Amino acid sequence: MEEAEFEPVIVAFCCNWCAYAGADLAGTSRFEYPTNVRIIRVMCSGRIDPTFVLSAFRWGADGVLIAGCHPGDCHYVKGNYMVEKRFNFLKEVLSHLGIEPARLRLEWISAGEGGKFAALIRDVTREVKDMGPSPLKKVWSS
Amino acid sequence: MEEKPKIGVFICHCGVNIGGVVEVPQVVEYAKTLPNVVYAEDNLYTCSEAGLSSIKEAIKKFNLDRVVVASCTPRTHEPLFRSACIEVGLNPYLFEMANIREQCSWVHSREPKKATEKAKDIVRMAVARAVWLEPQTEPELEVKDSALVIGAGIAGMTAALSLAKQGFKVYLIEKEKEPGGIVGGLYKLYPTLQDASEIVAPMIEAVKSHKNIEFLTSTDVADVGGYVGNFKVNLTRDGEKMELNVGTIIVACGALNYTPPEGLYQYGVYDRVITQKELDEMLKEGKLEKPERIVMIQCVGARKGEIRAYELTAFPKSDTANLLRKILKAKKEEGWPYCSKICCMNAIKNAILVKSQYPDTDVVILYGDLRVYKEYEDFYARSRDLEVRFIRHIEEIPPEISKARGNKLKVVTYDMLAGREVEFLADWVVLSTPLRPRKGEVMLARMLKVPISPDGFLMEAHLKLRPVDTTVDGIFIAGTVSGPKDVSESIISAKAAAARAATLMANKKMKTEAITAMVDSDLCMGCGLCEEICPYGAHKVEEGKSKTIEALCRGCGACAAECPRRAITMRHFGDQQILAQVQAALFHEGFGTEGV
Repeated sequence: MEEAEFEPVIVAFCCNWCAYAGADLAGTSRFEYPTNVRIIRVMCSGRIDPTFVLSAFRWGADGVLIAGCHPGDCHYVKGNYMVEKRFNFLKEVLSHLGIEPARLRLEWISAGEGGKFAALIRDVTREVKDMGPSPLKKVWSS
Repeated sequence: MEEKPKIGVFICHCGVNIGGVVEVPQVVEYAKTLPNVVYAEDNLYTCSEAGLSSIKEAIKKFNLDRVVVASCTPRTHEPLFRSACIEVGLNPYLFEMANIREQCSWVHSREPKKATEKAKDIVRMAVARAVWLEPQTEPELEVKDSALVIGAGIAGMTAALSLAKQGFKVYLIEKEKEPGGIVGGLYKLYPTLQDASEIVAPMIEAVKSHKNIEFLTSTDVADVGGYVGNFKVNLTRDGEKMELNVGTIIVACGALNYTPPEGLYQYGVYDRVITQKELDEMLKEGKLEKPERIVMIQCVGARKGEIRAYELTAFPKSDTANLLRKILKAKKEEGWPYCSKICCMNAIKNAILVKSQYPDTDVVILYGDLRVYKEYEDFYARSRDLEVRFIRHIEEIPPEISKARGNKLKVVTYDMLAGREVEFLADWVVLSTPLRPRKGEVMLARMLKVPISPDGFLMEAHLKLRPVDTTVDGIFIAGTVSGPKDVSESIISAKAAAARAATLMANKKMKTEAITAMVDSDLCMGCGLCEEICPYGAHKVEEGKSKTIEALCRGCGACAAECPRRAITMRHFGDQQILAQVQAALFHEGFGTEGV
């Protein structure tokens, strides 16, 4: 495993109305990005339960991305504010668990921001690659 | 789970869109190995008639109780596949999509191997989720039979009239004091050379006098709430507030004529450098005195994206290529990246008008590419018969304009066909400028939650399949608000938008997604957190237990994430369904079929 380049697995929770549509637009516009991200569609970023994120890490995700509508733009009025609150709390929890909080990202992507989505995935992938495999993954494989 | 689910997986090549990158047969073989998958096949186009009947046959033949289609995005194609399921009696909520086009083959075209692996993962995640899907019944929503049309240009007025004639109540609002929009201010229209007022004036009369239309000028949208069938719109009219309740909204607030910045082709520096719009006004008012020569410049502020220099590769040693290389080093001209589609015809129209008034006047059109599509070719031919001169210059090398004797301007440009510099003395230099998006549109789009395209126009739900729909149910777009259009195209889109809105309103009711919250009262301890956070007031705590008011629930799921007792289940987006997907993303085997 040491020789092969580390390919992280990143779980991305995308809201149906903005971030998921932005990811679709990245496709329609043929903006290339690395293959490391696995997108899970939820109706609203406010749907994301902290346990979803913690479970992803528990099962070996190297990074988790939560992407929703821009502040003030939420399809459901204020779901993105709710997830932001949970995000701050989750970062705290992660640091206590010995997982670098930087492995969890929260970003706002509108349905029109295909370019931004692709750039974000490039950025997240590079960042997580630099951090190396998740510490929990090491526990799993040992 | 009482019985093991029987999942069918259908993997689409989408022609070469997916198949050209992802090894589809490999993915099919992989899908067959996944737990609970009893059948898998590939289709050239799963969304075609053949693909859909193949799904239906397989459901019957193999007794499938879950269907996964791996193809494009559920945002455009889920309804189609769901209705195929319904036709053979499978609940549409037992259908799941794996997005391997927009989110795989289209973004990983240079990494086919990795894309194939990712496609397998996406299919595995969809299968894992499918296991936990449950049948749902869709609640019905009332659709109010009234519409709001924003903008009273030709598109807005056409849409309003079309709906009013079908018996729907229409509120037509216009920000300006007078209706008419861009066309209202024009002189003559191509290719008929008919007065614009001949079209606009009767339309304004009809709009003002129709009993079903409430026409409000100097009115702006302040806020939009609600949802399809029942939008609540706050308007401001001369500082006064008004509230409307409508079933559908048509956005037709148009575009703007681009005004070049001062100094671009000496616009604003010399009085005799004007735009086509200004020439149009002069012609309308009969103020154009006989000129000796008029020079028009095309694509001013349009198509100013990346320079596509064909000459550089085809004839790298030519003078043109040498010139281009010089230009590529120079600063790029300010402007919009798209072709505005109407400017070529507009210039030809004005050239014909000038020529018919003053046959001796020399009219020269400098162009990079001339686009006169469909029947407009005849119009172009007519201008050539009138001896309008077309000179192909290199767009990237802007003509130089300077002051000459008297009122004359000197225009120097590079004639590509002659292969040398040419010089003209002109009385007028006329710039053909594009239509550009309005700035205020951004705010409106935000209120409506309609996305904006990279060019700045409002975006359609699907460029080809849903050109007048937006991604928001019940909101449609007409006219130039979604991009440059000429009069006939604006009218086509307005009538299409009206028809789409009417379809919803005529049915009076529509089914909505069954994605709503459900409280398990055994688990609920009545803390009231859900009531507190729900943006729609869909939760109410009564006698120590929370209750969901389904008609108000929009399905965001914030309550389910927040509930400390995990007493709230989101239909179709339950914890189990999402967690199974998360686990399948990370585990290649042994994922979530027995509960996670």
